[in-house]
Amino acid sequence: MKSSDPLAKADSTAADAAPAGDKPRSSFLSVRDLHVRFTTLDGIVKAVDGLSFDLERGSTLGIVGESGSGKSVSSLAILGLHNPKKTVIGGEIHFDGVELTKASENEMNKLRGRRIAMIFQDALAALSPFYSVGEQIAETYRRHMGASRKEARQRAIDMLGRVGIPNPERRVDDYPHHFSGGMRQRAMIAIALACNPDLLIADEPTTALDVTVQSQILDLLGDLQSEFGTAIIFITHDLGVIAQTADDVLVMYAGRCVEKGTVREVLRDARHPYSWGLLSSVPDLGGDVDIPLRPVRGTPPSLLSPPPGCPFHPRCDYVARVGDDACKTSRPTLTLADGRGSACHLTADEKAEIFATEVRPLLR
Amino acid sequence: MTETVSVPGPALPPDDASPLLELTGLVKHFPVRGKGVGRRTVGAVRAVDGIDLTVHAGESVGLVGESGCGKSTTGRLITRLLEPTAGSIKYQGKDIAHASRRELAPIRSEIQMIFQDPYSSLNPRQTVGAIVASPMEINKIDPPGGRKKRVQELLETVGLNPEHYNRFPHEFSGGQRQRIGIARSLALEPKIIVADEPVSALDVSIQAQVVNLLQGLQRDLGIAFVFIAHDLAVVRHFSERVAVMYLGKIVEVADRVSIYTSARHPYTHTLLAAVPELDPDVAANRTRVRIVGDAPSPIAPPSGCRFRTRCPKAQDLCAEVEPTLDLAPDLIAGHRVACHFPGTAAETAEASERIAAKDGGKGAVDVVQSPELI
Ligand SMILES: Nc1ncnc2c1ncn2[C@@H]1O[C@H](COP(=O)(O)OP(=O)(O)OP(=O)(O)O)[C@@H](O)[C@H]1O
Ligand SMILES: Nc1ncnc2c1ncn2[C@@H]1O[C@H](COP(=O)(O)OP(=O)(O)O)[C@@H](O)[C@H]1O
Ligand code: SF4
Ligand code: SF4
Ligand SMILES: [Mg+2]
Ligand SMILES: [Mg+2]
Repeated sequence: MKSSDPLAKADSTAADAAPAGDKPRSSFLSVRDLHVRFTTLDGIVKAVDGLSFDLERGSTLGIVGESGSGKSVSSLAILGLHNPKKTVIGGEIHFDGVELTKASENEMNKLRGRRIAMIFQDALAALSPFYSVGEQIAETYRRHMGASRKEARQRAIDMLGRVGIPNPERRVDDYPHHFSGGMRQRAMIAIALACNPDLLIADEPTTALDVTVQSQILDLLGDLQSEFGTAIIFITHDLGVIAQTADDVLVMYAGRCVEKGTVREVLRDARHPYSWGLLSSVPDLGGDVDIPLRPVRGTPPSLLSPPPGCPFHPRCDYVARVGDDACKTSRPTLTLADGRGSACHLTADEKAEIFATEVRPLLR
Repeated sequence: MTETVSVPGPALPPDDASPLLELTGLVKHFPVRGKGVGRRTVGAVRAVDGIDLTVHAGESVGLVGESGCGKSTTGRLITRLLEPTAGSIKYQGKDIAHASRRELAPIRSEIQMIFQDPYSSLNPRQTVGAIVASPMEINKIDPPGGRKKRVQELLETVGLNPEHYNRFPHEFSGGQRQRIGIARSLALEPKIIVADEPVSALDVSIQAQVVNLLQGLQRDLGIAFVFIAHDLAVVRHFSERVAVMYLGKIVEVADRVSIYTSARHPYTHTLLAAVPELDPDVAANRTRVRIVGDAPSPIAPPSGCRFRTRCPKAQDLCAEVEPTLDLAPDLIAGHRVACHFPGTAAETAEASERIAAKDGGKGAVDVVQSPELI
């Protein structure tokens, strides 16, 4: 999460141009050329197609992108939660020195819930209706930390209090359906944080919630991160949430990273036509209501047969500018300099000029 | 996009113009039944608990508030999918609060609704053509040129290809399905559309397409909107007037400029402060009003002012006397606030910080927890 001093921020999750097979650097979490493919009746779905990033302790990587762009599939790959019979995973995931794609199920079970935890979008589906909230927190704690029943119950009460549930001694015995939506989300966060994980993956943890509950939960995650130095991957399609939480941002489109940079670079000086589309399609509380929103036209691509060349080309306004049909035939690569870059055939000067003259004026 | 339009200015309709829709003292209580034999009524969910609101022809009024505060119920009362417990719903001067099915028939076509979920609100076994034509079918309306021609015109109006006539909903994306729902709501040339979170289920990149479309309809066809949403930035973009609801009541209503720049109710301040800021530099430096706890249960709302259990400015008076929705005399005409101590956002933020400081950063407003909801 962000420090309150905007100047104090370091480029902590910067991933340099690291082609597949490069020797992994000593990042806390380092994902290299990740591929995830599903075999379906209709064919092979390339849900994630060559994703690389790094993340350090105590910092937050925001992942944005539209529905179906591969955000959740990537995070489930880190947790090793894909069905191996139907999924082919390629590339490397190094977590604190361990290669997760090669780890045994037993090793993964020890990591999951203990050192790597996940918060899902749908709290009701993730919580069991048959156990009290307290039992569900205590169970995780006992399993991983070898705590006694009594210690685990105390831990559950402490965690509920910490995530802002009033009267935790009384509420610890309640079942999930006794909780409101916001409280369930907090209960799930309490489970995720029960063992002080080193890496927390939050997949749209606030999308289903009101702004007020959302802001409570963002505050809570920020407080916990500054206390325990947790590394966080924050998946959302809300750019405001990204602005508030992320240090670095990765923009996904059709299973690929199309732009990467610090939060300030991506939100204030974006370099990819899809990012421009995202930025100019959301209204801002301080924006001019007389400027119409500028949506991204068209619809998301099929991952069964993604468009050739640049997967964004059927929706992009700059295909002619690049010329020579390059956008339709050749796939732009992501080359990073100082952790920043975008996968687009436009030249660096063209990107800077288009942002300044056509996109910036639409933003506040 | 064909529907790139500019937003009508914030000008308010003249006070003397008679409104298209007028809600007065509107109440909807849902009975809560006990568990035993006979399932006796043991209480009521006071989903909507006495609201006043007017909508003029061609105007867009936004309705915002936390989930469960009664926005959808209000929408379903306006469209008379529900019958109110008390109060009146005047449409073009005629009270339709308890109108019978037969009395409602001629009006039904003029008051339409668009739903949040573009997936479940369309019948998967009907073609797009049948879905959009169904209101004409039900109301036995035969437009000149025939129903099919009208449907194709409507598909074009909402930016769909008229050739989609024979396709099924599952062949469309969420944004396109929402357009199908909008085309259906336009079939009978409505005068007012209640849009219940029409873009909440859509991707941000698609949301803007639908917002622009609705804006074009409001401008070109003069349709009035009651626009329900929890995204305050979208509401600000689309609605000239905004009403803020809390636990079954409207706590503040004003033109959009006033509500976003000079709100007077502490709850409105809290809501606005909770909206994430898009500019990372502003986000880092912004004073935040930390809101504490969850909304209390609508089965047993707090005495006096309903917001008092979470309000940083609450005094003894707030527990004793319920504030009424009064005109704020120092502000732009039509700005109403229900608070004993209306003030600026800075004052609310200060009060909130004072409390937080006393409580070691946690926020000390005592929260009445919602007992299990039914
Ligand atoms: N088990 C599976 N079998 C086949 N295809 C799958 C499977 N899981 C996901 N997919 C496909 O992979 C793609 C990426 O899905 P993913 O859930 O990662 O999207 P997302 O970016 O998280 O989207 P959202 O914002 O909707 O959560 C989609 O096309 C999806 O349909
Ligand atoms: N049919 C119903 N029976 C009982 N309670 C209901 C019913 N419909 C809505 N409610 C309750 O009324 C309150 C307001 O609901 P709703 O209008 O849907 O809220 P919103 O749209 O603002 O989120 C909630 O507490 C909700 O649970
Ligand atoms: S490579 Fe071409 S199609 Fe792709 S984003 Fe850049 S300009 Fe658009
Ligand atoms: S009436 Fe009292 S409790 Fe209610 S909002 Fe105003 S100051 Fe707060
Ligand atoms: Mg997802
Ligand atoms: Mg609702």
